[in-house]
Amino acid sequence: MKLPLLPLLLLATAPAALAAPLPIDLAKSQLAFVSKQMNVPVEGTFRKFTGQLDFDAKKPEAAKARLDIEMGSVDAGSAEANAEVIRKAWFNTSQFPQASFVSTALKPLGGNRYELAGQMTIKGKTHPLSAPVTVKPAGTGQSFEGTFVLKRLDYGIGDGPWNDPDTVANEVQVRFKLVTK
Amino acid sequence: MTTVRYTGVAIALHWLIALAIFANLALGFYMADLEVSPQKLRLYSYHKWLGMTMLLLVLVRIGWRLSHRPPALPDSMRPWERTMAGVTHGVLYLLTLSVPLTGWLYSSAKGFKTMYLGLLPIPDLLAKDALLAPLLRDWHENLNWIMVALVILHVGAALKHLVVDHDDVLGRMVPGLPPSRTKG
Repeated sequence: MKLPLLPLLLLATAPAALAAPLPIDLAKSQLAFVSKQMNVPVEGTFRKFTGQLDFDAKKPEAAKARLDIEMGSVDAGSAEANAEVIRKAWFNTSQFPQASFVSTALKPLGGNRYELAGQMTIKGKTHPLSAPVTVKPAGTGQSFEGTFVLKRLDYGIGDGPWNDPDTVANEVQVRFKLVTK
Repeated sequence: MTTVRYTGVAIALHWLIALAIFANLALGFYMADLEVSPQKLRLYSYHKWLGMTMLLLVLVRIGWRLSHRPPALPDSMRPWERTMAGVTHGVLYLLTLSVPLTGWLYSSAKGFKTMYLGLLPIPDLLAKDALLAPLLRDWHENLNWIMVALVILHVGAALKHLVVDHDDVLGRMVPGLPPSRTKG
């Protein structure tokens, strides 16, 4: 009765072949963004986010992705920026501690490239969003990498005097690398 | 007593740099204590653009100074006055270089690149360094206070030459004044 356990264990540790929701490994994943302030590119990252990816290359249309981001875990490049960006005019983290992305469709673009579409919710505002994604095997899981442009004013990020896109650009370049366990 | 003015280029550079120093000193001390706002971001950018312009003018000026002999000081000046004038001018040259340079270093350490006039990216002098940034900020500020003291000394000395000594020192650098004034 002990023998069948081994193949079962192997199956459990070879998830790339299985279409099952896999949790994101935070240590191997990155969520970064570049905003432009007075046309100066400024890098930022989110240190905490969770999510699941459910992807099988044989059935990409059945793929599902969900990402929840702790907005308070932002590193906007400096201590002053970190103190500012969690305030009401920006992320308003006390009222909206999390942002989320929920996929609606995955379209194959050829090879290991796909177009991921979904709904992004930040500060309680939801908008459709799509991003090209490259899927690669990574360790025991998979990595999903891509970049897209997010328009901050769609979500009310930078209200009031910050509304002016000449000082802080509306377009924010977002770069993600999500690796499953 | 023959007196010659500084060259037109030297006079223009002197006054342009003087203007940049006054404008950027005022702007720098004003903007530093502002709350974070779009206005603050704009002012910091203008401050950096003006500082970069000044640094360029200072480099041109030093090149010009090394290749063009300044007019002689009046014979009436005593040796200690000549020494003081030389030291003050030397320190002022060093400050006009080190003030924008420390600003540039601070900006680099802060990780906020300078985009000249919002168009031309100026390379960072060092990598982003959260520990070094506050030290460079202090140095940038301290050097500016020394600059304030030296400018006061410089202007005070120039006025002394005009009002007390009645010599032609100021006329060498001020276009409106006669280049040569007879003593007493």
